[in-house]
Amino acid sequence: MNKIVLTAERITKKFPGVIALSDVSFTIKAGEVHALMGENGAGKSTLMKVLSGIYYADGGTIHHQGDLVKFTSPKEARERGILLIHQELSLSPELSVAENIFLGAWPTNRFGVLNKKLMNQQASAALESLGCDFGADMRVGSLSIAKQQMVEIARTMAFNANVVIFDEPTGTLTEAEKNQLFAVIRGLRERGVAIVYISHKMDEIFEITDQITVLRDGCVQGTVYTRESSIGEITKKMIGRDLDKYFHRAQSEIGREILKVVNLAKNGLFSDINFSVRAGEVVGLYGLIGAGRSEVAETIFGVRQCDSGQVTFDGELVSFKSPKDAIQQGMTLVPEDRKEQGLILGMGGRHNITLPHLERFSTMGVTGIKAELEVFDEFKEKLDIKTTGPEQLVADLSGGNQQKFVLAKWLCAGPKLLILDEPTRGIDVGSKSSIHQYIAQLAEQGLAVIVISSEMPEVIGVSQRILTMANGRLVGEFSGAQMTEENLINAASGLAKVC
Amino acid sequence: MSLLQDKQKYIQSHGLIIAFVIFILSVSFLSPEFLTLGNILDVIRQISITGMIAIGVTFVVITGRLDLSVGSMLTFLTVLIVDQHNIVGPGIALIFTVIAGLLIGAVNGYLVGFLKLNALIVTLAMLSLLQGFTLLYSGGSNVNVTNPDETWFRIFGRGELFNVPAPVWILLITTSIASFVLLKTNFGRRIYSVGGNETASFFSGVQTRWVVLSAYVLSGLATALAAIIMGSRVMGAQNTIGQGYELTVLAGIILGGTSLLGGSGTIWRTMIGIAMLGFVQNGLLLMGFPYYIQWLVTWAVIILAVWIDLAAKRGSVFA
Amino acid sequence: MSRLVSLLGLGRNIESDKSARNIGAIRRIFKLLASNYIWIFLALCIVAFSVSSPYFFTVNNLSNVLTQGSFIGLLAVGMTIVMINGEIDLSVGSTLALACALAIGLQESIGIWPAIVVALFSGVLMGLINGLFVALSGMHSFIVTLGSLIGIRGLVFIYTGEEALMTEDFSYTEIVEIYIGPLSLTALIFFVFAALFQWLLSNTKHGREAYAIGDNQKSAHEAGIRVKRHKVINFVLCGTLAAVAGVLLSMRMGTAEPNAGKIWELWTIIAIVLGGTRLIGGFGSMWKTVGGVLTLAVLLNGLRLLNTPNYIELIVMGSVLILALLLDKSLSSKNQH
Repeated sequence: MNKIVLTAERITKKFPGVIALSDVSFTIKAGEVHALMGENGAGKSTLMKVLSGIYYADGGTIHHQGDLVKFTSPKEARERGILLIHQELSLSPELSVAENIFLGAWPTNRFGVLNKKLMNQQASAALESLGCDFGADMRVGSLSIAKQQMVEIARTMAFNANVVIFDEPTGTLTEAEKNQLFAVIRGLRERGVAIVYISHKMDEIFEITDQITVLRDGCVQGTVYTRESSIGEITKKMIGRDLDKYFHRAQSEIGREILKVVNLAKNGLFSDINFSVRAGEVVGLYGLIGAGRSEVAETIFGVRQCDSGQVTFDGELVSFKSPKDAIQQGMTLVPEDRKEQGLILGMGGRHNITLPHLERFSTMGVTGIKAELEVFDEFKEKLDIKTTGPEQLVADLSGGNQQKFVLAKWLCAGPKLLILDEPTRGIDVGSKSSIHQYIAQLAEQGLAVIVISSEMPEVIGVSQRILTMANGRLVGEFSGAQMTEENLINAASGLAKVC
Repeated sequence: MSLLQDKQKYIQSHGLIIAFVIFILSVSFLSPEFLTLGNILDVIRQISITGMIAIGVTFVVITGRLDLSVGSMLTFLTVLIVDQHNIVGPGIALIFTVIAGLLIGAVNGYLVGFLKLNALIVTLAMLSLLQGFTLLYSGGSNVNVTNPDETWFRIFGRGELFNVPAPVWILLITTSIASFVLLKTNFGRRIYSVGGNETASFFSGVQTRWVVLSAYVLSGLATALAAIIMGSRVMGAQNTIGQGYELTVLAGIILGGTSLLGGSGTIWRTMIGIAMLGFVQNGLLLMGFPYYIQWLVTWAVIILAVWIDLAAKRGSVFA
Repeated sequence: MSRLVSLLGLGRNIESDKSARNIGAIRRIFKLLASNYIWIFLALCIVAFSVSSPYFFTVNNLSNVLTQGSFIGLLAVGMTIVMINGEIDLSVGSTLALACALAIGLQESIGIWPAIVVALFSGVLMGLINGLFVALSGMHSFIVTLGSLIGIRGLVFIYTGEEALMTEDFSYTEIVEIYIGPLSLTALIFFVFAALFQWLLSNTKHGREAYAIGDNQKSAHEAGIRVKRHKVINFVLCGTLAAVAGVLLSMRMGTAEPNAGKIWELWTIIAIVLGGTRLIGGFGSMWKTVGGVLTLAVLLNGLRLLNTPNYIELIVMGSVLILALLLDKSLSSKNQH
């Protein structure tokens, strides 16, 4: 029986307007890889930030190696051997590998002069034990992403960590790099380190972990042994009911061809992209992060320019120089990152909705506020958006309501094609469901829809046809009964034959 | 709870006016001359040039950028209009000046908006370039209007209507127009959206590069108008006449509560900021303080105003 | 310099695969030159002026260039470390003027050396005020130091009574008339500070933290670095160096103009950016800054020797600055791909 290293009991964490964690209890044992699963916004990252001292919990206790601990900074957590490997690497490119490994704990003499020799020696030892082939004195900015991740992991060796938390570590790694990472994780496990592994990639979870804890809406849904569980069971725990009852697939009549893409290519990002979408059709585009899905969508929409290939939109050959051209023709894109690309957070809902179509709401360049308010009211009701009024800043709304505003912004001009890039990332289950329902409704009204997602249940649940992408190419097309998680995973990780 | 929030919101958005009114009242208590119509008009006339430029720069700041070249631009354009006045006459000189202002703004806007270069450095370089061009143009000597008492050009700086000086009228009219453009038109909406979130604006079909360029063009236009008032009032120009204006203008805008990060701010807030600086200066002089005390007070006012604004937004005094 | 050493180190073990290593080395040299392009530009300027003016490449003139450049240089050394932090200090010109005025104005009442000490201390104090405002209020340093640029200049005007102060004791101006070879004391002080600060940046905890904070303040804070304290220290260093420059200027001129150092903060920023340090923070070095400062000084001096009218230097400076930005942009976008 393995020793318990860390116990969290009844952890509660509130943010303005949201309870991110409520009464969460969680136990990690030495020499075990413990998966933490849940949809975006379920509270995984918040929990890990509480455990590693970045956030301070509003309630509950944490015991580490038998002692009651109250971390007020990540430094304190690190000093006890608890380390978080961030999803976005937090390295300083201008500093050396060794300096990054020991960031915040550099060995110095009493005048503050660095002992580089000692630091490089210790860092080299840590890197060597991970099997890394680069020097400790190299500038981190000159390393590849995978190597930079190794620098982060080397911290666990250097600080002699006993709890290591990986937050979505494989997002930007290639298959070979992922295997190398898993070898490192197994090595850590053998040395008796307790590992928390956060991911929503089922294949990885079932490959590397020993136990799985599922979170939903800030509550623990249960902990199971990986070898005794199944993808179906975990999925059900994550979304709270069976898949087929959860999603709404459009029952629409397929009409004329709206979008046709032929041999679209962009150097270094994607090539040989061929597909078409018809009116009334919901087409899923599945692939891992970095497969080139968003890039394809952005190129069609005019955010980037393609190097070669043709795009036909509603029977016309088009080449959009900027999103403005695309919007004028009736194409819309709900972008991947709501806060960075989707909304002007410092503006009210009314301003956000009409931004792409100001000309429609104005006479001689003067904005018609009355017309704007009408549209605002219409969509507030249609999408059931919870907001105090047209001027309430969208920054103050929940993720779900924000996303509804993004949708409203694109729908109020009556587009022909709607591209949704990760339409439900980071929003609550209720909003998610109503957005899915709305997508189906739109398709039934004759809109052509493309749904890009890395959440497999979502793609399968809403699409009538699914295209999969891997390494910048389309590698599979599935419809009807072929749309299974297994097929999609195989295709997206490059195992299936090209269709 | 909600009442308290409302109160807090009210103080947040109107705190500037409250502070301004308190200041005016306390100074007028100490100096009876202060709150006379004559003195108020005098102050507004004095701030008309700074105010004019600030209107243009406010557009630039709302897009999240800076324009440090306006001081040198003012010098250059004033020298240009005064000199050209003697050569081609006031009408054509006016047109030259406005075109030159628009062009300089367009160059700034192109470098910042299209080539995406750092706005601070670009406009700093423009500051240096324009100083050079001024000296190149004037040959280092001062220029003067030869017939200051006869030319109709005098109305911009020295004219009066209903006992109110012309610069005050010009400032009022320009402020109203600029306010209208910023708050009521599609263009104004896009200025805010670019400052609020440039990427999202681009994804929403806003031609962000053109919006940035137009903001700089407006800044150039406003400076040209300021140069017209300046030239008409002074009827001459030295090679340093506009030095330091870029900083005063920026101080006024910051004081008005416009964030340098972009996306917020209004013309009338900028005007209050500029007016505060003007009235502080005037009030201190009336109370008999030495001239340069006002600079110290400006320092304190900037720090206090911005700090209070930040503290109210985050709900705590210290970061 | 440190990179040069590692490059030489690489040159020593070319044994194994000579041709591949050579290509690597050439590429490295190219990269090194590309990232320190300011020194190439400086060399080109020196060559060009040497050819076009017989007076340029003389010991006397070069010594003069170094001395003249040292004032902006000292401001730039302090500002560089603030900029690596991702902050800016616009008040250096005013702080310089304040120290200059105090050093001369206090001589009569308290003596030369105590006056110098008070002048230097005024720089420490102004830096401390800036730093504390930035750290405590959370305001951007651009706003904070814009305020102090105006306010400190006001102090100078009030203190000097709006007139130039003059030293009574002419031995005061002789203090800086010490030369080591062609190097004046002023230039020597500049170089010593530049070297000291480069050593600070590359070898001490404080210096390395500057990069970590400038690159990503949040993760630096999470790693346990005391960001606020660090920033305050940097503003103090910057203010102190501005005061050093002010005292040296007072010795050189024998007078303290209330307008001394006006818009020098802008020239300082120009020198630093010309050198290649970036305004966004996390990137830069004293070598780049020294390169930028010397280039600026050489350009100004060379253009004057050629008897070009003074507007040429302003126009050249503006153009060079924009070119430097364009070059930096194209270099950094190439590195990304």
